[in-house]
Amino acid sequence: MQNWINAFSWLNVRFLFMGLWVTIYISVISVILSFILGSILGIIRYSKIKFVSEIVGFIIDIIRNVPLLLIIFFTYFGLPNFGLRPETIPAAIIAMTVFESAMIAEIVRSGIKSVDPGQMEGARSTGMSFVQALWHVVLPQAYKNMIPTIISQFVSLIKDTSLATIIVVPELMQHAQVIYGQNANYILPMFAALAVLYFIVCFTLSVIGNQIGKRLS
Amino acid sequence: MINIFSHFSNQLLVGLGWTVLSSVIALFFSLIIGTIFAIMEIAPNKTLQVVGRAYVEIFRNIPLLVITMFFYLVIPMYVVKINGFTAGTIGLTLYTSAFIAETVRSGIQSVAGGQMEGARSTGMTYWQAMRYIILPQAFKIVIPPLGNQFVNLVKNSSVLAFVAGFDLMYQANSIASTTFDTINSYLVVGVLYLIITLPLSYYMQHLEKKLA
Amino acid sequence: MKKKFWLFSLLASLLLLTGCGRSLSDQSVLDNVKRTNTISWGVKGDVKLFGLIDVKDGQQKGFDVDMAKAITRHILGPTGKAEFTTTTSQSRVPLLKNGNVDAVIATMSITPERKKVISFSKSYFDAGQSLLVPKNSPIHSVKDLNGKTVIGVVGANSVANVKKVAPKARVIELQDYAQAMNALKSHQGDALTTDNGILFGLAVQNPGFQVRGGTFTVEPYGVAVNKGQTGFTEAVDKAVLEMQHDGEYNRLIKKWFGDVPGFKYKELYRK
Repeated sequence: MQNWINAFSWLNVRFLFMGLWVTIYISVISVILSFILGSILGIIRYSKIKFVSEIVGFIIDIIRNVPLLLIIFFTYFGLPNFGLRPETIPAAIIAMTVFESAMIAEIVRSGIKSVDPGQMEGARSTGMSFVQALWHVVLPQAYKNMIPTIISQFVSLIKDTSLATIIVVPELMQHAQVIYGQNANYILPMFAALAVLYFIVCFTLSVIGNQIGKRLS
Repeated sequence: MINIFSHFSNQLLVGLGWTVLSSVIALFFSLIIGTIFAIMEIAPNKTLQVVGRAYVEIFRNIPLLVITMFFYLVIPMYVVKINGFTAGTIGLTLYTSAFIAETVRSGIQSVAGGQMEGARSTGMTYWQAMRYIILPQAFKIVIPPLGNQFVNLVKNSSVLAFVAGFDLMYQANSIASTTFDTINSYLVVGVLYLIITLPLSYYMQHLEKKLA
Repeated sequence: MKKKFWLFSLLASLLLLTGCGRSLSDQSVLDNVKRTNTISWGVKGDVKLFGLIDVKDGQQKGFDVDMAKAITRHILGPTGKAEFTTTTSQSRVPLLKNGNVDAVIATMSITPERKKVISFSKSYFDAGQSLLVPKNSPIHSVKDLNGKTVIGVVGANSVANVKKVAPKARVIELQDYAQAMNALKSHQGDALTTDNGILFGLAVQNPGFQVRGGTFTVEPYGVAVNKGQTGFTEAVDKAVLEMQHDGEYNRLIKKWFGDVPGFKYKELYRK
């Protein structure tokens, strides 16, 4: 019992919440960026632009099929070869954005495809251009269906930020490790805290996602 | 890249072996566990539903890394010693089973309804109908998403690197820090991961199209 | 399907052609740090006594960190700024080669293998590899490790050293010293091996464990910089020498190692 009281001293709790803040910060920025980038890539992939769509599709497939850890390493250790030297938090944001954009792109592409193809033709026959039909008719419906899937993808994103501890990003997992690194008696309390904090954040988002999904359908 | 592959081919193949082994074991057990919890979630019994739902929500909302490290560092301190490979595979199994439960549940729900009533009217019990009528059809529907879960498993098995599970990523870290050729070491394992995951993904896309 | 195969082969061969390493430009690190009046250091965040993150303010604290601050002051003058990035044993070389940090002072032994890719200052601290075991352990020296499981850290040279001295030992490598220490506590291995200074730090935090068997290697710690940056290493050597003369070096040794039980810190004093 004493271990639990010591483990959750004011300093340690504050340190944990500093980590949680970084986790949320990285997640929110990556969610926004990957939603935008993923949508653009998904639409490009759907649009069947010669060569471009195929190359984009292929790159997306590559990213979707390697472990996120590798993408984190490439961002942190590889980007400097191209003149960019991100610090740990930006590196984590870039890695998350790249990985999640590929995931979102695939969701968007199949979301658009699942909207009845007749919709596109119908809209085109009223004189709309492809882009107009996409923007005014197809996309609104597609996104309505996709929102639950996209939100559960973002829940994965939050969980995945824990992997960034490998490059010493000061996020929740890393800060818990620092605390139980000082005193091994804190290890059980820290894992309990990790489970609870991640659960609260992710579950809240899941519930919101379900609610939105229900309201839309 | 070629240099690294030829110098460390043994180590890399060992890593590949552990990665595949861990993924296959985890797939096997998470299919069983996932199916059990999927059935619980839609069972006609309220308690079973709550237990099933709770299991799925817990393991879907906690990072795999936290679950895995818990089994590697905490369980041996208080309960029983388990090595890195086992801890990693247990973590993967629990984590994946929650996702498989969701997949199987939606598969069952898309078949159930009329099918269940039909089967019951021939005198089958609820569980018989589930076992012989509903589940076989549900599994057919969920094969592509399950295939995608396997791809995720192979990728996620890289958490074994955190617990000295001897998998591909662990070997990559070790090679990168002996050769100091970081990028090429990770490129090599990246290609090795793709050799497993990419054909599988494409095959699943192909299946999905065929079933649709 | 076929098209995808060709795309994949194309990409793979492109990688084979371009994937060869490139080293950073030949700019002088010494000139750069003087222009910006800042030295960016890579230090440890998981090693008590050398570089450990403090939960009070999230800053790294330890002998290495204080040395870095002192060296910065000697090279740049009193207005010079020292910035710190937490590195692990695994990330310190790539970060240095890529130029994320100007120099690394992170319990890093000067070894011939490392000297092929980076440059070192003269030794600023003389460590030696040793073993940390539970107090009731049957392991008394490195010879006893044969057939046992030894825990090390990815990127540390201690793992390779054990393989030389006790070829039959099984070795597992973890991400950092916090994980390694907890793995030892969880009986994932029979001993933890690395340099004595680090082990004494762990023993302070974990009663019930002790450093055993003396040192079986010599591990001179150096300040690491990118390959060929001799201007910077010379400046570091000069700074360390000045610190030894004015007694600052010994003050830092006493500050960090003076209270460590069983550690003969006075042997580390330099004049």
